[in-house]
Amino acid sequence: MKLSKIFYNGFIKENPIFVQLIGMCSVLAVTTSAINGLAMGLAVTGVLVGSNLVISLLRKVIPEKIRIPAFVVVIATFVTIVEMFMKAYTQDLYNALGIFIPLIVVNCIILARAEAFASKNGVLASIVDGLGMGLGYTLALLILGSLREILGAGSIFGKQLFSPSFEPALIFIMPPGAFILLGILIAIFNTIRKKKATTESN
Amino acid sequence: MSIFTILISTIFVNNFVLARFLGICPFLGVSNKTETATGMSIAVTFVVTLSSIITYGIQKGLLEPFGLEYLQTIVFILVIAALVQFVEMVMKKTSPTLYSALGVYLPLITTNCVVLGVAILNIQEGYNLVQTIFNAVGASIGFGLALVLISGVREELEFNDVPEALEGFPIALITAGLMSIAFLGFNGLV
Repeated sequence: MKLSKIFYNGFIKENPIFVQLIGMCSVLAVTTSAINGLAMGLAVTGVLVGSNLVISLLRKVIPEKIRIPAFVVVIATFVTIVEMFMKAYTQDLYNALGIFIPLIVVNCIILARAEAFASKNGVLASIVDGLGMGLGYTLALLILGSLREILGAGSIFGKQLFSPSFEPALIFIMPPGAFILLGILIAIFNTIRKKKATTESN
Repeated sequence: MSIFTILISTIFVNNFVLARFLGICPFLGVSNKTETATGMSIAVTFVVTLSSIITYGIQKGLLEPFGLEYLQTIVFILVIAALVQFVEMVMKKTSPTLYSALGVYLPLITTNCVVLGVAILNIQEGYNLVQTIFNAVGASIGFGLALVLISGVREELEFNDVPEALEGFPIALITAGLMSIAFLGFNGLV
């Protein structure tokens, strides 16, 4: 498979959030603003690329039977590295994302890619797969985070968009808004995909 | 914080699924039928309580005395994975009926963020052992409550005419959003 195709596959075609619907917890929780969503997405991308790289390198060494615990150790190591890095350089983001940074370990996307792709493919392909999936995840978080920030706080990346007379709908930065907006976004994505599929088959 | 406050807070005010967004995958994945939702909730309660006690012991007995707190994530996830495997084996040997009822949910629980989330929150909030146990029990009851509630709604949804684009996950998410609004009403209770 060509590398560009692997990347596109993760970024759009098999987008972890809109198509595969996995790894939802952090998506709903951290997208109260665009910057938080972007930071979480990049943290997950970093872990995903790192774990895919190492697991792909070790794929012939790890015995079949204990592969899941072995994958988990590799993933947890990269999560710890990212956690320390964020604690050292981006203290505000570290506080905003809170418990969801260590919880990247149990994000199904990462284990799923290790199991389905990195343990079967070469190093370069695995890195590209990690990048594609990770950036696809980041894209979803960025879209949801931006929408919630615009609707719920009237700003984007902390910049006010409207005049002070604008009353933001606070519900969108509270938990219910996350569920409802994500539901609507997935519905829109589904509709576009179905339309595309029918025009292609005609 | 008193035990009672912890229970009310974790079950209603800071419901783990609807307000803290932990355990969304099983919340959407196994909530099609009330029966499976109940089974999953019981299995989660069991594992969360047990793992909270053990991870608390490891944090206080091993990681803190030796200054290894930075290994928390790695150690906790390994302990949880091993515990789930162990519970599965014990259950299979000692109680086949319980195993046939809950066995299928056990492997799924390792990647359920409620388990690791509760274990880490216990340490972050600085709870003692009793508070840890009640936090774990409350968190799992809150998780079970949300799961059983939405499974009831989704059973009914199957007989209704949902717009084509919203079928499946989107309508489940919007339902969860409405439930979450209802749970906002508990705010200020604690």
